[in-house]
Formats: sequence, C-alpha cells, structure tokens
Amino acid sequence: MTGRESAKGGQKPLLSLRNINMTFGGVKALKHVSFDVLPGDVHCLAGENGSGKSTLIKIITGVYRPQDGAVIEFDGQTYSHMSPVTAQNSGIQVIWQDLALFPEMTVAENITFQTLLGRWPRFVNYNGMREKAVKALARLGVTLDVDRPLKDYAIAQRQIVAIARALVGEAKLVFMDEPTASLTQSETDRLLDIVRTLSASGVAVVFVSHRLAEVLEISSRLTVLRDGALVGVYSTEGMTQSRITELMTGKTFDQTVRARDVSANPVVLEVEGLCRPGQFVDISFTVRRGETLGITGLLGAGRTELALSLFGMLKPWSGTVKLEGKPVHFASNRDAIAAGIAYLSEDRLSLGLIQPQSIADNLVIASLDKIAASGLLSDGRKRDLVAQWIADLGVKVGKQEDAISTLSGGNQQRIAIAKWLATDPKLLILDAPTVGVDVGARAGIFDIVAKLAQTGLAIILISDEVPEVYFNADRVLHMAKGRVVNQFLPADRSLAEIEAAVYA
Amino acid sequence: MRKVVQSHATEFALFVVIAIISIVLSFITDRFFSLGNAFDLLNTSSVNIIFAVGLLVVLIAGGIDISFAVAASVVQYVAALVLGWMGGGGWISGLLIAGALGVLLGAINAFLIHKFRIISIVATIATFNIYFGLLMFFTRGVSIYNLPDWLTSRVVLFEREMADGSWIEVTLPVLVMLICVVATWVFITRTTTGRQLYAFGDNPEGARRFGINIGAMQFIAFGWLGLMAGIGGLIQAHYAQEVVPNALYGRELDVLAAVVLGGARLGGGKGSVLGCVLGVLLISITQNGLNLAGVSPYAFKMIVGAIILVAITLSNTSIEKLLPFMRQVEGRK
Repeated sequence: MTGRESAKGGQKPLLSLRNINMTFGGVKALKHVSFDVLPGDVHCLAGENGSGKSTLIKIITGVYRPQDGAVIEFDGQTYSHMSPVTAQNSGIQVIWQDLALFPEMTVAENITFQTLLGRWPRFVNYNGMREKAVKALARLGVTLDVDRPLKDYAIAQRQIVAIARALVGEAKLVFMDEPTASLTQSETDRLLDIVRTLSASGVAVVFVSHRLAEVLEISSRLTVLRDGALVGVYSTEGMTQSRITELMTGKTFDQTVRARDVSANPVVLEVEGLCRPGQFVDISFTVRRGETLGITGLLGAGRTELALSLFGMLKPWSGTVKLEGKPVHFASNRDAIAAGIAYLSEDRLSLGLIQPQSIADNLVIASLDKIAASGLLSDGRKRDLVAQWIADLGVKVGKQEDAISTLSGGNQQRIAIAKWLATDPKLLILDAPTVGVDVGARAGIFDIVAKLAQTGLAIILISDEVPEVYFNADRVLHMAKGRVVNQFLPADRSLAEIEAAVYA
Repeated sequence: MRKVVQSHATEFALFVVIAIISIVLSFITDRFFSLGNAFDLLNTSSVNIIFAVGLLVVLIAGGIDISFAVAASVVQYVAALVLGWMGGGGWISGLLIAGALGVLLGAINAFLIHKFRIISIVATIATFNIYFGLLMFFTRGVSIYNLPDWLTSRVVLFEREMADGSWIEVTLPVLVMLICVVATWVFITRTTTGRQLYAFGDNPEGARRFGINIGAMQFIAFGWLGLMAGIGGLIQAHYAQEVVPNALYGRELDVLAAVVLGGARLGGGKGSVLGCVLGVLLISITQNGLNLAGVSPYAFKMIVGAIILVAITLSNTSIEKLLPFMRQVEGRK
C-alpha cells in the first residue's frame, strides 16, 4: 500500500472500514479494502467503472453485506455490516447520480421527504415541511421557491435540493455520486462552494467520480481503487489529473498533440454566417477531408445546437451550409444522413443507443437499407456487417445478440460510432464522445477517431473538456455565448493557456 | 394570481373551456343557462365523478384500470342479491357491502399487478373480461328490477323553486359524490400515504430507495378505486332504480378520458381532484348542451371526442404560449 497516509494529527476517523471483501458469483468485487474518512473531510473516491467504488458505497449504506471479518466503524460504533435503516439513522446519506428526486412534487416535499414516510397515514404538516426546507436551503446559502414543483428547476438546482435533503436527514457523511457530470462550470463552482460550507460545519463529503479535475481542488484526500483493490490513499496536494489517471488505470498515457496539417485537402463542409438567434450567431468555418475540427466551450455555449443544425434537427435562421461545394438545406435529419452527415449524440444512454436491444440491432439501425435484400432485412448480411465493424473498432463483445446494456461505456460508445460509420458518412460529428466512458477507455475512442481521420473522414469533435480537443483535434474552435470567439492550432499554444481562456 | 394560474394551468384551461362552451350553449338553447339545469347536471354526473376520483388515485400511482366500471356492475348485482337475501338492509349496510366488494375486486387487480408483475393495463383488461364474463354468464343478462324500497326511492336533500322558474334539487348521489371528492382530496393531498402514492407514481425507483412499500402502494391505489367503484355502482343502481348487468359497460373509457382531460398523467405522479371533477363536468356539460340543442345523440361521441382532443392540446401547450400576458415569467431550464 504505497502512499498510505496516517490519519492527520491523530484525528479519529468518522468512518473507518477494515478488511472489506465482497464476491459476486465467484468474481471478487472487493479485496481486503480499507477506507477512512475524517470528520469534515472532503474526500475523493476514485476508480474506473468496475473498480469497486459503487460496491463499496453500497456496503457502507447497507445495501450489500460484506463477507465475514469486515469491520465498519462509524461515529464511535462498530458494525460487522450496515443496514439501510441503521446507515440512514446514524447519519450516512448518499446523493445518487440520478438524484432519486420527485419532479412533480414541490421543492419542500422533496427536501423533507423523510417526514412523509411511515407505514400508517398521518396528516401532512405542510407548514413544518416548508420551514424545514427553507432552513436546510439557508444552511447552503440558497433560496428557492419551496412551493414550486421541482420540475421547474434545472439540474443544478435539483442537485442542491438533493443535498438539502441529505442535510434534513442529519447527515454526518454525504456521498456524492458523479455530482458534476451534468453541471456547467459556474454551477460546479457553486456546488463546490456548498461543499465547503458543509465541510466547515463538520459534515464529511465523499466525491465518487471519474471526472476529478473540479473536485480535486477542494478535497484534501484521495482514495483510489482499481479492480476491487485499494491502490492507496493520497493527499491531494500536488496531485495532478494525469497522475490520478495513472493510479486508476495502472497505465501511463503519453498525451501528445495529434494535430496534423491537412490544409491541402479538399473542403468537405463549409459553413458561413450560420445564425439561430438565442443559440448561436454568425458561425463560419470549414472542415476538410481527413481533418478533425475540435469545438470546445462551456456547457450552453451553443455547441450542441450548432451540431444539431448541421444535422438537420434544428433549422438555422440564416447562413449557408455547403457540403462538398454544394449548398444543402436539410428538412430533417433523414436528409442529413442521406447527404452523408452522421451525428453521435451527447446523450448516449437515452438518445444514442436503444439500451434493451441487441448490439447487432443497435449497430445497423441507421443503415438498414444496406442489409436489406429485395425489401426484407437479411440476417446474414446483418451478421456480416456487424462482425466486420466489431472487428474494425476492436469492440469486446460476447455475442452479437447480447443487449447493448451489457457492454461497458467505452464499448457502447464504439458501437454507437460504428452505427454511424455504417452509414458511410463524409462528415462525422462527435458530441461529447467520452461522457460516461472510463479514462482508460477514452484513449481507445480517440485512437479510433484518429484512424478514421486518416481514412479521409471529416470529423467535428465537440467536447467541454479542453484537453480532449487539444490533444486530438487538428484545429480547435472556441465557442462562447453562441459565437466562435477564437480559433487556434494546438501546436501553437500551450494547453494551460487555452484552458485559462475557455474556463475563464 | 399569476402563480396560482401557473401551478393550476390545467384546471384553469378547463375552466376557460367550460366557460366558453357554456356561453355558446346558452345562446343556442334558452334552457341551458338556468340553475335548474346546473343542478340537473350535478345530479347526473355524480356517479361519473365518484368513479373519476377513484381512477385518479390509480393514475397518480402510475397505474391504469380498465376493469372498474364492470367491477361496479358486479358489485351492484351481488349487492342487490345479498341485500335481497338479507331481507332489505339500508343505506349503511348497502354502502358497506358495496364498498367491501369493490375493495375486494380492486385488491384482485393489485394482487395480479404486484405479485406477477403484470403491467396494470394488461392485468385490468384481463379482469375486465373476467368480471364481465362471469357477470353475464351467471346472470344470463337478466336485470334486477325488484330492489329494496330504500334503494329505489329518490332522496331529495334540498329543493327550491328559483326566481327564474326553474326547480333546483340536490339529491343523495350529490351528497355521496361530495363526500367521495372531499375524502379523496384529503387522502391524496393531506396524508403521508397519499403523498407516498404521488412519489411512487412520479419516480418508483426513488420511492423504493426510500423504503416505501411498493406492494402496499398498489393495494391502496387499487383498493381506493375499488371502494369508489363499489360506492359508485350502488349509487348508479339507486339513480337508475334498476340493476342492468351491462349498464356500466363502456363507462370506463368515458371516465378515463375525463380524468386524463383533467390533467392526470398516464404514467403517474400527476393529477388533481379539482381537474378531475372539471374534466367530468366538461364532458357532461357538452353532452347536456348538445342534448338541449336537439343535436342527434349519434353525433355526441364525435363531438365529445373532438373536445377531448382540443382540451388536451390546450392543456399540453403551456399556458404561457396561449396567453401573452403570462409570458414574462423568469425563464427556467
């Protein structure tokens, strides 16, 4: 156990786990893991999907029972295992990634939902709930209209509601599962402020995340898991994201700028003066054969709306789009697909793939005409096409007939890319292609992108993570508030310079 | 005011639609816009409103029930037989028997849905056929006209001749309906169990993580609808002064349309008692007005269908879009 740090200044940990083992159907999910959280600590629990993070949380919150020999100490009490009730009553709260809130109910009801529980009906004390909710929000320095239904609020405020709910439950320890995944930079900053407030009032916070850049700055310690085993506990001082990536994956990634000079290639897409008021204005750029054009900017900069306009799903108000020199107007995305534009949605889970359907069916869904023989779908052709793409993109699958939901995030994304490549596009738009993909698997996705560019495909790579476009695009546009504010070549500038400009 | 209108957009829209239709009808027919007719409407809509508030609870909990109307027919028939065998009975024993039978039939639905994980629409289509089939098989379609006197004699709680010459009266069905409406309102908005039903319909997984008993939720929702179906069935027998096995057959879709019109969401978590009542009233008012205007009954269904479409479209399009003065609300999302 390298880098193990002893508890600071002899402070007694709030939560202490020893000798945690867990086996699922012969697979060891956790091996002799120990884990400590200090009172008021802000702690990162890092690890790739499948590293055992969520299993560990579920043991702490009593959802799973660890194998014999486990020792769980929380707030001076020792347990061999937790139950959901003891965990909640003793002050352990989890804010799940999906928040588990009730959108149709009011903010007050969501925050004080625990008062509505119980087997026998009681009359609801709305005034008491309202007061409690306002108080909990005030502790976070937030005011929301507690009588409005939650659905009126955006995701960032819902997150705050979830945190307020944990506070009402007298939390001493709060787990936050991927809290920043759908927040903009300024919303993330606010969330971090709130976490500081919590920590100052003695509540310990554990971030469970594989997007650590934001949380790294406010957490004091870091626990890394890999393949169900503890890699180590580290002080976050001087810790860099690339070092964490190494610890999580056990591999070193040499990130080099991949940009090439493609200015001699013919232009595939030419956009001029494209406007859609309220979303983007006066956008002009070109993409050449074999070029990867990066577009970055904060959430809400208009990147996705621009992409959807190119893909025929939103109508630009003015401006022209030329594909291989010819002006095009798409009435719908069917036209865009037929013209050779493919768009990988940023929301793979709900829009990009049909989760319960098989790998093969997902892969061919955009190119059914290619596997049709005299009007009917041919299973043989489908099998061949799917086998070819699975081999080309190096997807690890069991059977073609398995549901897509059985694959890891990285492999799902490969299938989503293959789905679009099967339509023979000239231009591939990748919108946030690494969301929900493990750090280790991201490199694999970008290897595919680079290979595709070499075959002459024009690619637009959209990401709010500047390093992704910096290392993987030939040229980068920076969008802010609906405009292209800057354009640069990665070779000419340093990453830090660009990050400073984008995140400013 | 704006806040109230916004948080009750559906109810407000329905109110506006009802007002418009009433004004139009009062020009077409001279009898429509009288107090007497308004109370007539209330008397005739009572049974449907009782059914509707019951169905509302199931919809809020994320389910749907196709079988409640024929279940009410079964309750009517069995209750009439039991009461005859008991040698008469009275309103109290009648309501108790009908309510208990209704809860039992609702519990069968909940059991199938919870125990065997059958989605509610499929389970209740099955029980719809089973209940109706059993009823027709055992009764051979024979109606019961020989009901106890207390059940068939009209109970007028209040009557008065108005200045405009029309006669108003409030009958027992209206009182029972009001009790059912208020009870349902208190249950779903003022009790913890009612709020748990909302939460369960809104986000079942979230509710489960809070340790809410999912099975209990199903039994409570379908039990409540069963109770309302039983009471509604008895009241309908009282109103019609006979028990005809297939009298309520087909009523389920009218009631369902009215409830959805009232803003309840198929899928759960949303719906209000007020909206539900307005939904039923909108359809009754239209039918009543068309009737008074001498429109062929065959055209009713068509016109009611069109009104449902228009009203649903209106309530789905956010009210801000329709009313310009509502527009400058702080933008969210």
